[in-house]
Amino acid sequence: MKALTFAAGLFAASAALADDAVLTVYAPDYFTSEWGPGPKIEELFEARCGCDLQFKPGDLLPRLMLEGERTEADVVIGLNTDVTKKARESGLFAPHGTDLAGLTLPLDWNDDVFLPFNYGHTAFIYDTTKVDAPPASFEDLVNAPDDLRLVIQDPRSSISGLALVLWVQAVYGEKAGEAWAKLAPKIVTVTRGWSESYGLFTDGEADMVLSYTTSPAYHIIAEGDETKKAAIFPEGHYFMVELAAKVASSDQPELAQSFMDFILTEDFQGMIATGNWSIPAALDQAKWPEGFQKLNLPEKVLFYSEDEAAALRDEAIEAWRSALSQ
Amino acid sequence: MAQRALAIIAGSALALLTLGPIAVVLLRAEGFGSFRPGDLDAVRFTVWQAFLSALVSCLFAVPVARALARRRFPGRAVLVALLGAPFILPVIVAVMGLLAVFGGAGLVNTVLGALGLARFDIYGLHGVVLAHVFFNLPLATRMLLQGWLAIPSERFRLAASLNLTPRATFLVLEWPLIRRVLPSAFAVIFVICLTSFAVALTLGGGPRATTVELAIYQAMRFDFDLGRAALLAMVQLGMALVAGMVAWRVSLGSGFGAGLDRQTPHWGARGLWFDAFWIGLVAVFLLLPLGMVILRGLPGLWLLGSDTLRAAGHSLLLAVASTTLCLIWALPLATRRGELLALSSIALSPLVLGTGLFLILRPFVNPFSMALPVTGLVNALMALPFALRILRPEAEAIRSDFGRLAQTIGLTPWAWTRLVFLPRLRRPLGFAAGLTAALAMGDLGVIALFADPDRATLPLQVYRLMGSYQMEAAAGASLLLLCLSLGLFWILDRGGRVGA
Repeated sequence: MKALTFAAGLFAASAALADDAVLTVYAPDYFTSEWGPGPKIEELFEARCGCDLQFKPGDLLPRLMLEGERTEADVVIGLNTDVTKKARESGLFAPHGTDLAGLTLPLDWNDDVFLPFNYGHTAFIYDTTKVDAPPASFEDLVNAPDDLRLVIQDPRSSISGLALVLWVQAVYGEKAGEAWAKLAPKIVTVTRGWSESYGLFTDGEADMVLSYTTSPAYHIIAEGDETKKAAIFPEGHYFMVELAAKVASSDQPELAQSFMDFILTEDFQGMIATGNWSIPAALDQAKWPEGFQKLNLPEKVLFYSEDEAAALRDEAIEAWRSALSQ
Repeated sequence: MAQRALAIIAGSALALLTLGPIAVVLLRAEGFGSFRPGDLDAVRFTVWQAFLSALVSCLFAVPVARALARRRFPGRAVLVALLGAPFILPVIVAVMGLLAVFGGAGLVNTVLGALGLARFDIYGLHGVVLAHVFFNLPLATRMLLQGWLAIPSERFRLAASLNLTPRATFLVLEWPLIRRVLPSAFAVIFVICLTSFAVALTLGGGPRATTVELAIYQAMRFDFDLGRAALLAMVQLGMALVAGMVAWRVSLGSGFGAGLDRQTPHWGARGLWFDAFWIGLVAVFLLLPLGMVILRGLPGLWLLGSDTLRAAGHSLLLAVASTTLCLIWALPLATRRGELLALSSIALSPLVLGTGLFLILRPFVNPFSMALPVTGLVNALMALPFALRILRPEAEAIRSDFGRLAQTIGLTPWAWTRLVFLPRLRRPLGFAAGLTAALAMGDLGVIALFADPDRATLPLQVYRLMGSYQMEAAAGASLLLLCLSLGLFWILDRGGRVGA
């Protein structure tokens, strides 16, 4: 009997939504959990569009490429710069048609397809109660004693890992291999993704972890813990941005457009800092949550365009692989 | 001949589900991709670590299973049930548990440091093997233990009354059993270690520990190179089939004959310390990391939200469905040929399998709505080799011991199944069901392409929580997963432990 009531409830719920137009948004998996930004985005957007926003979590680009033009996605959110080249070449995306004047990124952004919604930088995070004298520069880190324990992510399976090898490439260029050779004894292990690394760090398995400049904000705001800090290097930090794009074959182009426009509004931008633990892409620093004001942020930002990154990628990964395989 | 028809149906379904997806991915990719410079290293490392892991697991399993078969002690039932636990933990959780014991800041190094001894560094090939042994030694032990308990106790009584030396008893009764069970246990463990990726990478300490599965992942998700992914998947499948064939050639049929199902007589003090050593060793090796998982998870239990509880419900439903399907599938395939065939299902990269199924289903249905059924099907498929490994030796023994009698008295196939086959198969059936259910609880499999926004499974939820900085809640969710899996395993396996 309970099952029947439950089923009836489900029917009632879907009937209520049936009248509304549906906007289908593909998003990374972590987006749609109760701790991710998905539920807040859904709530805010549905309040203004009178539509039904449905997140479909999972692999973004592989899935979209498999589906081609028959995809039901209207918008994709959560892409990274490492896939924009492939994504652009697939021809599956339409221009975002949004005014970029409001962007507050630390570098110029004039891509007409991929729209940034939040950003951060690669950084090594440490615990101030355990590391007394954190490295003051990348050079310091490379030359640090070998008992400094680092965990990083694999550039072949994770975007932050890929950003790291590009970071080393940007700082050391030709000498990336040498830098990796000096880093190798300090690297405790390499994990598949960010979550594993960060888990190892919070468990005390490593002194420093490859993460983002924004990671300490989570500890400050959600845990009231100010002991996690990003080591800031004058050589610069690699820029990591998350992007949204409109799907060309969408059957709801107007709704998709209004979602794209919504991304840079203050409603969305004001929520994303604590929603996704990243810096809003279009919000003055004065309006960031207090915990974000306390973050150590780099003066200098390093970034390769998608063409440069594509050209350098294999070489940068190989420098990493051969140095760490010794 | 109804039995034969069923076997052919079950076998074809299996072949179709493993080869079909690769074929579809290949079609879509328009041909094989090419190898890259690092691939040969990856193949070499993959085979070597899988070989070592399977070897160590199987070697250690012999004295442990023997000790557990011979001894009765308080907590034995709990220990035997817990043997199922490591195998079903999500990889990431088990790795965290292992590192809490063997890692740089783990228990072992804390003790070594306090004693002023050199630190133990887990990262490297030995770390990969250690982790794989943690997962698979219990499995091998359970498979062997099952075999030991299937030796009719009359044979042991006879050996005792003939005053056989321990050595002679071993050669006459136990060695044939080992020859029968161990080669295929080795093959299953070897194949499951072939597809290891996150464990090998994390505990291997870096790119030296690159496996073929990592290359497949990279090809699939970063380069979108389907042809290369399919090529590497075929390499992996080939390695598995070779292992399966070797095991097939090496393993022997057995002939203990039927017994009266009485309790195995108790053993005296002979070899007591030897047995106690092995039981103690395996208990510490298993329980410490599990204990750490529990300890880490307790504070997180209070943080679990309704999302996580709902995910737990989905996982439970899924486990029951997968188990039912897997057992129905396994019974007609419980022959040596079927077991070899089934190895291919765990050798197949879950990523390629998922992509292939996605391409097959996509023209007909919305893959999002198929998330749970597909996951259930794939879980059943992945559990099939384990179920068969457990069921096959007993099923064959029952056929050879009672088949002629049944024919003489003219039992119908239905009566045979109901009165002889299933009741006598009860012990391995319970174990197989428990293992399948637990595996289905823990498996992530193909979920990346078939994620259902409203119906996440518990392992997926663990990853989601970790991805949102909720490390503590993730540890809590892992503990919940551990408890549910073990609970299911315990209930289903209870039939299997009757008289054990």
